[in-house]
Amino acid sequence: MSARKLGHFHGGLKLSGHKQVSMTGEVTTSPIPPQLIIPIQQHIGAPAEPVVSVGDRVKKGQLIAKMEATVSAPVHAPTSGTVSAIEEWAVPHPSGLPNTCIVIDTDGQDEWLEDRATHSQFHLLDPEELRKLIRNAGIVGLGGAGFPAYLKLQPGQGKLVDTLILNGAECEPWISCDALLMQQRARDIIDGLNIMRHAVQANECLIGIEDNKPEAIQALRNSLTDDEKRYIDVVAVPTRYPTGGEKQLIKVLTDMEIPSHKLPIDIGVICHNVGTAAAVADAVIRGIPLISRYVTVTGTAVAKPHNLHALFGTPMNFLLQQCEVHEGKLGRLLMGGPMMGIEIHDRQTPIIKTTNCLLTLQPQDIADDHIPLPCIRCGECARACPAQLLPQQLYWWSKAEDFDKVQDYNVFDCIECGCCAYVCPSHIPLVQYYRFAKTEIWQQERDKQKSDRARQRHEFRQFRMEQKKQEDEERRRKKKELLKKAQGDKPDEAKKSAIEEAMARVQAKKQQQHTATKNVDDLTDAQRKQVEEADARRERLNKDDPTT
Amino acid sequence: MSIISSPHIHPHNSISGVMLNVCFALIPGIAAHVYFFGTGLIINMFIAITTALLTEAWVLKLRKRPLRPSLMDGSALVTAMLIALTLPPLVPWWIPFIGSAFAMIFAKHLYGGLGQNPFNPAMVGFAVLLIAFPLEMTRWVHPQLPDTYHLSFIDYLRYSLTSLLPAGYNYDALTMATPLDNMKIQLSLGQTVEGLQSNQAIMGKVAGKGWEWINLMFLLGGVFLILRRIITWHIPLAMLAGLALIAGISHLLAPNHYAPILFHLLGGATMLGAFFIATDPVTASTTPKGRLLYGFCIGLLIYIIRVWGGYPDGVAFAVLLMNMAVPTIDYYTQPRVFGHDRKQ
Repeated sequence: MSARKLGHFHGGLKLSGHKQVSMTGEVTTSPIPPQLIIPIQQHIGAPAEPVVSVGDRVKKGQLIAKMEATVSAPVHAPTSGTVSAIEEWAVPHPSGLPNTCIVIDTDGQDEWLEDRATHSQFHLLDPEELRKLIRNAGIVGLGGAGFPAYLKLQPGQGKLVDTLILNGAECEPWISCDALLMQQRARDIIDGLNIMRHAVQANECLIGIEDNKPEAIQALRNSLTDDEKRYIDVVAVPTRYPTGGEKQLIKVLTDMEIPSHKLPIDIGVICHNVGTAAAVADAVIRGIPLISRYVTVTGTAVAKPHNLHALFGTPMNFLLQQCEVHEGKLGRLLMGGPMMGIEIHDRQTPIIKTTNCLLTLQPQDIADDHIPLPCIRCGECARACPAQLLPQQLYWWSKAEDFDKVQDYNVFDCIECGCCAYVCPSHIPLVQYYRFAKTEIWQQERDKQKSDRARQRHEFRQFRMEQKKQEDEERRRKKKELLKKAQGDKPDEAKKSAIEEAMARVQAKKQQQHTATKNVDDLTDAQRKQVEEADARRERLNKDDPTT
Repeated sequence: MSIISSPHIHPHNSISGVMLNVCFALIPGIAAHVYFFGTGLIINMFIAITTALLTEAWVLKLRKRPLRPSLMDGSALVTAMLIALTLPPLVPWWIPFIGSAFAMIFAKHLYGGLGQNPFNPAMVGFAVLLIAFPLEMTRWVHPQLPDTYHLSFIDYLRYSLTSLLPAGYNYDALTMATPLDNMKIQLSLGQTVEGLQSNQAIMGKVAGKGWEWINLMFLLGGVFLILRRIITWHIPLAMLAGLALIAGISHLLAPNHYAPILFHLLGGATMLGAFFIATDPVTASTTPKGRLLYGFCIGLLIYIIRVWGGYPDGVAFAVLLMNMAVPTIDYYTQPRVFGHDRKQ
């Protein structure tokens, strides 16, 4: 099974791994912090809806926010305690904007919810039932994107899953949480893989791991039973950033390309992170919802870099302290790796489901001390681009805000891996330009839809008015004809009586207008009283006045 | 609060690093040039570099741009060095001055500075000089050896400043047609390739005395640049292949009328053009297939100009002509994007 023929993707980078830095020793379990700050959105999709209120006591594993949309995930209490606030808090998000969080003052009891449903005989369950369990456990992709996992286990009508892939590539430098997870929880990962395989009825399973993690590869291979070896293959793939990208890993493992704007399932492949598999095993077999994860705390500004098992909602600073952060040296705190991570400004920002790494960098490690120079068209970016785009053309058109051209050069095939900006000798923040272009195009699309709707409404109104006009004309014409016919029978009299009738109608209407009061519908009592008084005065005057 | 975009790390690369590598790679060629033609090149290079930096500073000031980043990026330095390398060693000071200033002002900054110019600035500078001052630009001194130098550094310097030859010398004694020029003129007068090449004092072993060594040294520098990943192999290889192909076919059909492949590959400015001029990233094609096409066409054009055109060498005009075609080449040679069909 080891002689698998691997595919290859264009470009990519050989980066120094720095992984050993945080792989010394065991994964330590972080103590329960006094307060957990749990964002209601830790995933891609709609935020969850809080189902607890301030003052409620919650137990470990209790649902605290439920999902209201298809693309969403519920949130559970990571430990027992009391809900002390539901308020805006700094959350890890590229925008840097705060979001609603449920704050739990922990009680240190770590008291579990009773009657957790466990299913050790998962293969007896219906795939739909498994998806429901995974959905209700709040499991999202733990590799970084945080897409609700149950949706990716739902192949859809008429779609067969040939290959189920577990992504253990972990290609970003510094991060080692998946590597350690594979070493320490290999059996759970295989159990989770079996559950997922049953849920999607996949034929073959592949686990792709970069060859700079031999211990992880060995651990997973050792934990396979003879029967499992028939359908699970643990594949060592060359270490090259961004092999951990879904499209890139699938290309390497199967030599198949996901067509542009399509999903892996469209070529019969489903891909999940190894951490997600372990979470699935926890949820289905042990009834533990997703409330914690392995987090790598590493970089050049911590004295004791290592991996921690941390509860969601733990403030980042709480973990940094445990790793003995050098206060003076911390130039930048990142969530994620150095290539795609996002900057964290507030150290009280909580750990969430997608927090794989806290990377501390000293000022001298950071890229942006260079002033961007003009592009010299050297083409290094195109050489490095794993999507085989022409980054400098994209940059050119993004800068010119010619978004049609940007789309002609396939900006939406960009996976924002950062290879182009990394190699650029002019130090141009290329990815930032593509994000800008994408955001602008989405905004234009929304504006266009809005204006399209407005135009449709306007056109429909025009149409109705036109129709009404025609109908009115038609009616008038018919009436005229009728009148003419009637006139033909008895000319003068009919005319006369019609005029008289009309006059009478006008008179009656005038009378009514004169006497009827106006604007008296929504009056306060005081106003009503005033009106009555005024009426009474008018009445009196009318009586007194001899001219009326 | 600023929003900083990933990636957050960066290798220690820079434009100035690229340019310094190019300068370094030019050294063997410069050394060979000085060895065979004397120290005139050093004087010309000094004037060209000084002019380029001063002119660039002046234009940047006019354009209200910061001086330091542009002057320090090394691009003006490389342009000036390339201009000096295209000049005959024995020229008055205003030749490198005009070439360098024109390249900086008209070919580079009027288009918006580094990265914006469609034409190779050094080649524009050279072309202007060649057209405006053909006499000064075609007086090449004899290739010499150190022990038989006619012209010392002082002689060159005096000539540069005053246009006066050393006492007792005239131009006829000092200068001669270049091997390429010689080949072109004599062939048109009915000589044969074999007969011409037998005169090794002018034609050297394969491609002209001195010239073949200079070309080999530029080839050495070029290989260094490829190994350092400063340039890719596509353009040089395609250009040499294009030149070799058409030269080979011609020579095969009429060996006495068309010089052999090596004469063209190691003659004139071929290697300088292949590795240092056609590869100028700003003005060259940027796609892998486009680079092959771009280089190949330059190779063909060099031969066409050398053999059937009005000038003995054709590197500069071939490069400038293909510069014009770059946007079109780039447009039609876009690589297939991941996940897209082969046919776009």
